[in-house]
Amino acid sequence: MANTNVLKKVPVREQDPKVRATNFDEVCLGYNQEEAMEEANRCLHCKNAKCIQGCPVSINIPDFIEEVKQGNIEEAYKIISQSSSLPAICGRVCPQESQCEGKCIRGIKGEPVSIGKLERFAADWARENGVQPPKPEQKNGRKVAVIGSGPAGLTCAGDLAKYGYDVTIFEALHEPGGVLVYGIPEFRLPKLDVVAKEVENVKSLGVKIETNVIVGKSVTIDELMDEEGYEAVFIGSGAGLPMFMGIPGESAKGVFSANEFLTRNNLMKAFREDYDTPIVHGKKVAVVGGGNVAMDAATTALRLGGDVHIVYRRSEAELPARVEEVHHAKEEGIVFNLLTNPKEILVDENDNVRGMVCVRMELGEPDASGRRRPVEIPGSEFELEVDTVIMALGTSPNPLISSTTIGLDTNRRKCIIADETTGQTSKEGVFAGGDAVTGAATVILAMGAGKAAAKGIHDFLSSK
Amino acid sequence: MYKILKAGKLAGNIYEMIVEAPRVAKRCLPGQFVIVKADEKGERIPLTICDYDREAGTITIVFQPVGASTEKFSRLQAGDSFRDFVGPLGRPSELCTDDLEEVRKKKILFVAGGVGTAPVYPQVKWLHEHGIAADVIVGAKTKDLVILEKELSEVAGNLYVTTDDGSYGRSGMVTKVIEDLHNEGKTYDLCVSIGPMIMMKFCCLTTKKYNLKTIVSMNPIMVDGTGMCGACRIVVGDEVKFACVDGPEFDGHLIDFDAAMKRQTLYKTEEGRALLKLQEGDTHHGGCGNCGGDK
Repeated sequence: MANTNVLKKVPVREQDPKVRATNFDEVCLGYNQEEAMEEANRCLHCKNAKCIQGCPVSINIPDFIEEVKQGNIEEAYKIISQSSSLPAICGRVCPQESQCEGKCIRGIKGEPVSIGKLERFAADWARENGVQPPKPEQKNGRKVAVIGSGPAGLTCAGDLAKYGYDVTIFEALHEPGGVLVYGIPEFRLPKLDVVAKEVENVKSLGVKIETNVIVGKSVTIDELMDEEGYEAVFIGSGAGLPMFMGIPGESAKGVFSANEFLTRNNLMKAFREDYDTPIVHGKKVAVVGGGNVAMDAATTALRLGGDVHIVYRRSEAELPARVEEVHHAKEEGIVFNLLTNPKEILVDENDNVRGMVCVRMELGEPDASGRRRPVEIPGSEFELEVDTVIMALGTSPNPLISSTTIGLDTNRRKCIIADETTGQTSKEGVFAGGDAVTGAATVILAMGAGKAAAKGIHDFLSSK
Repeated sequence: MYKILKAGKLAGNIYEMIVEAPRVAKRCLPGQFVIVKADEKGERIPLTICDYDREAGTITIVFQPVGASTEKFSRLQAGDSFRDFVGPLGRPSELCTDDLEEVRKKKILFVAGGVGTAPVYPQVKWLHEHGIAADVIVGAKTKDLVILEKELSEVAGNLYVTTDDGSYGRSGMVTKVIEDLHNEGKTYDLCVSIGPMIMMKFCCLTTKKYNLKTIVSMNPIMVDGTGMCGACRIVVGDEVKFACVDGPEFDGHLIDFDAAMKRQTLYKTEEGRALLKLQEGDTHHGGCGNCGGDK
């Protein structure tokens, strides 16, 4: 099937919205080799490649696409692997439209090259054909601890292993992967086939992972360095604490943080009959918020059989979620109540949610974030009949580590203060990156920070 | 994997296990808890630490099967392992972290109910090791369900055992013993009450009459135990607290027990179904009896 219009991306196959709304299988099916090679043909192979600048881990995009174009998929994978430890994940969850693809020259007139889908294709091909990233040549025997096995930690650990360090990742939960496992749903990022395999690839570089260790509780950073012989530590513990609105009724039965709802479903696999963890199958669900986590919670609640509403206080243009995710949610039948803000959650005599009082909003003057500030329209309160409310309002870093580590400075948002280029914190030998530093952001930004910190740690230890 | 070194029954259907978990044993203090998961598909269950041996690297847990997951735990034996065992979680009892001289000045009363006797034990033992003799009331439904009496008698000041049916020790609820002690002229500066939510509620109502500050240990629904999910939120005074990171111990006079007990029932139907499925094994057909089976 030839793509007749070179201005357009080769369309990617997806599960039919009606079908996928009832299952947890992957929404996007990805390119096959023929489609990938055809899409690769659209790349102009720019000398001064803007796409590389748009990539937080600086993948040599034109070169890998050139290999795809020639049908040398293994070579393409190797080029990506030089810069990224998690390509099958990035190809699925990166906001390419605002990164590599946002800078693509093809995109000036027409659609940019589908870089994300090509990356995903190369990584999936490598996995299916048993190709692993090349092993580091030499070990230097020096120990580095990485806290958290999310995107920042995995990337930092993988890069440190490539430099030759003896790396151990400490993970608080019982499975490695962090937000890739507890946050992002199966149908957007398959756990066994994609996440577990990329974690295996990082382990194949010699990285050890110790699960069930909560740094700050099970052991402190000072103990890791003074008693367990780690010469440097990278903190990639993420932004795990959920925010609530502080409105009446928020502690009622049927109100969940998106974190709880998604963790039950994704990490604990509550959607599967053969797993023990329960989850509430809401019949009429309101998800409050407009980010990617809100979309994930909404599309999950839909698959559990709910009639789902997104309640967001600004307008569609301000939705922080990726365009693709909003599009998918709409296709699946999620209703968007925009310019709407909850005021109170109503409960029955047993403290079960029975509804939510909302107020309509309008956009006023731009606020500090540059977005127009939503203001309540007086007297516009109305009741939304729901039995479940999921709060997806954002998260903040967990203070468990900062409060138990002497000399580790945080800012007023409880984020760890770290140098952007090296990851160095206020404490010698301790580096940090990802959401623990920035507050809730994206997988790829966390990976970029993990990569920068690995270099920072290498420079620090080399000069010691 | 976390090996079970010893498993047995303390009484009735109350189980005790000693589990190898060196990282937890090295750092834990009384009042903290662990999260335990039996196998790959299991649920994460919070359990208060009942004893620890730093040198052997072991933790003692005590539990009473109430749902499918704890029922699953009860079927494990010495030599088996838990797949996951993480901790220590939560904040230690303030008695163990406050200035010791200040704690020594206090007259402390522990009120333990049923399986809640187990987490009371390490606190009383810790105080004993620091030269403080606390009085303890242990309440149980009936004689056969009284646990850790001998162990507690070795570390407590006065030990008062009471059974609801009067089959052993004093007769009546723990609240009656609190009242009796008050009437006998005993005074305390602090009460620590651990047991079923309903018992802690009434214990607090009683101690409020005597203006006796009471600390309770809450064990609400949890998932991760690190502050991530917010499932364990509890209204304390006019604030919402997460039991896993802010607790599990709180000022009982500030807790909205009725709200907390309602939250506790959130997954009751789902849990009941899961337990039935486990108990009935292959004969399970959805549990309700009138749905016509799974298919």
